[in-house]
Amino acid sequence: MFWLTWRQFRTQAAVMFAAVAAFAATLAATGPQLADLYRTAGSSLVDQVSSPDQTLYYTGLLIVLAVPAVIGMFWGAPLISRELETGTHYLAWNQGVTRTRWLATKLGLGAAASMTAAGLTSLAVSWWSSPIDRAVNGGGATDTYFPRLDPVAFAARGVVPVAHAAFAFVLGVALGLVIRRTLPAMATTFALYAAVQISAPLWIRPHLAAPDRTTVPIEPGGAPISIQEGARQIVAHPEVPGAWETSQQTLNAAGQPASVPASFADCLHTEAGPPTLQQFEGCLADLGALGYQQQVTYQPAGNFWALQWAETGIYLGLALALTGFCAWWIRRRVT
Amino acid sequence: MSAVLRARGLGKRYKQRWALQSCDLDVPAGRVVGLVGPNGAGKSTLLNLASGMLTPTAGTIEVCGGRPAAGVEQLAKVGFVAQDTPVYSALSVADHLDLGKRLNPNWDDAVARDRIRRLGLDPKQRAGKLSGGQRAQLALTLGIAKRPELLILDEPVAALDPLARREFMQDLMEAVAEHELSVVLSSHLVSDVERTCDYVIVLVDSHVQVAGDIDDLVACHHRLTGPRRDPDTLPAGQHVLTASHTDRQTTLLVRTDTAVHDPTWTVGPLGLEDIVLAYMTRPADAVRDTRPALEVLRCSG
Repeated sequence: MFWLTWRQFRTQAAVMFAAVAAFAATLAATGPQLADLYRTAGSSLVDQVSSPDQTLYYTGLLIVLAVPAVIGMFWGAPLISRELETGTHYLAWNQGVTRTRWLATKLGLGAAASMTAAGLTSLAVSWWSSPIDRAVNGGGATDTYFPRLDPVAFAARGVVPVAHAAFAFVLGVALGLVIRRTLPAMATTFALYAAVQISAPLWIRPHLAAPDRTTVPIEPGGAPISIQEGARQIVAHPEVPGAWETSQQTLNAAGQPASVPASFADCLHTEAGPPTLQQFEGCLADLGALGYQQQVTYQPAGNFWALQWAETGIYLGLALALTGFCAWWIRRRVT
Repeated sequence: MSAVLRARGLGKRYKQRWALQSCDLDVPAGRVVGLVGPNGAGKSTLLNLASGMLTPTAGTIEVCGGRPAAGVEQLAKVGFVAQDTPVYSALSVADHLDLGKRLNPNWDDAVARDRIRRLGLDPKQRAGKLSGGQRAQLALTLGIAKRPELLILDEPVAALDPLARREFMQDLMEAVAEHELSVVLSSHLVSDVERTCDYVIVLVDSHVQVAGDIDDLVACHHRLTGPRRDPDTLPAGQHVLTASHTDRQTTLLVRTDTAVHDPTWTVGPLGLEDIVLAYMTRPADAVRDTRPALEVLRCSG
């Protein structure tokens, strides 16, 4: 059974691993000089990265984020739906191999290849980017690069891409099995995977490790402050290198959670156009004088690996649950 | 002889529609069974139930003494060539033989290679580039070389031209003779069945109308022609399949397990095609009325 699975899969596998190897070679060629730069420049590296390396930084992010989605769509979704669509499952299921073993071999080989491809890509990109990541975590002031904990970078570093790939692959297989048609299964896989990837940092990841809290005074010249929803909410950005801010809460003079008083919005009100900087700072000073403070909840840079392993566990668990679903469905429902 | 296929109250429902209903069958081993009926009658459903591709909604089915597709041992006993003879279009002919060899415990590689050579198929050819007839032959080769006890073929020749059709059937019959296979094959053409089969199952509108040895069926169905009369006046034991009347004359197709002695009738023989057509065209309400009587179908002619 392994032979047939490999025979059907080898072209796709060759294409994917050739692409991964080519990309890894590019990174290997430019990575050492970036590491040298970090050794000499330290955290100020963030201002000295060459333009091609900057492009490579973003390309790397994009590729690691895309690999699991591509695997789910192009390896997972067609794996069984194409057989059901062309009727070849009639041939396969009437050889001396049970459906369950047929499915197990396909899933096993596919998942192993998916995790390897995503793992190698993530390893290469994480290694290449590590000087930049360290510079950012070390306090390099930058708007150009993401801290490793930022949702964009988090899914493109460390071990989670492996679990994302396993999940995306099995998700594709399960949807292909249920939908039975390749193209709709591919589209649905992409949509669902994207939805899960957007939901995870919004609702799940912030709770996977104990966050830190800090309370900052509201004052001009303090932590940078921005306003949202017509001055009904304020957001403070304390300078904690490498941190990921997960929630904001305004506290009143008694230290109780409170909403921003209406006086603040009135203070910022202008006849036309945005308030001036002086006006904004004056209003902030007034708000601070009333005793208001801003509490910021964040995941500190040190929680990176705790969050990585926790999320890896969750995605692998989901992949296993979907595997069980496939095994049940192929015996009970594909009839 | 033991039954190669036994069904009791077998039924399969898709959503609201029954594709097969209250099917009772005992197909003896060592036969070449033709399953005939119009398109949509439930032939594929019955064969897919027998191969374990489908699971029954009602009743039971037993093939070669076991539940279809219950395990490796059961899978090895039954070969199945599905409708449209699917093959992996990206794999070569040789790859397909390799596949069969690796996946089947009783695989007979010599038979497979010999057949491919005799058929003149290029082992390096991709299966997707084969003609319909060649593809069917490849699928049949896989089915035969796995050395099953029962080979099931679902409309194997439906997509073939008359010449390829004939070749395929001849080839199948040679294999049957050589390997002592039981075969169940479906077709919507009685002529295919008449040439190759010795046992027939007629399936119409999700119900089994009649099943039996073809010689027995021919022996106990007659065409009665005589002066016009009401078919209800026939003696018990003579079941009317179809009746047609002119002003003065009545023609009946009847099934009876005793000789027809009434001198007013002219008794004529019926071919398999006449019998099958009679079962296919008779009114639906007659189906259920006479069904129980089918089980006692034992006439010596």
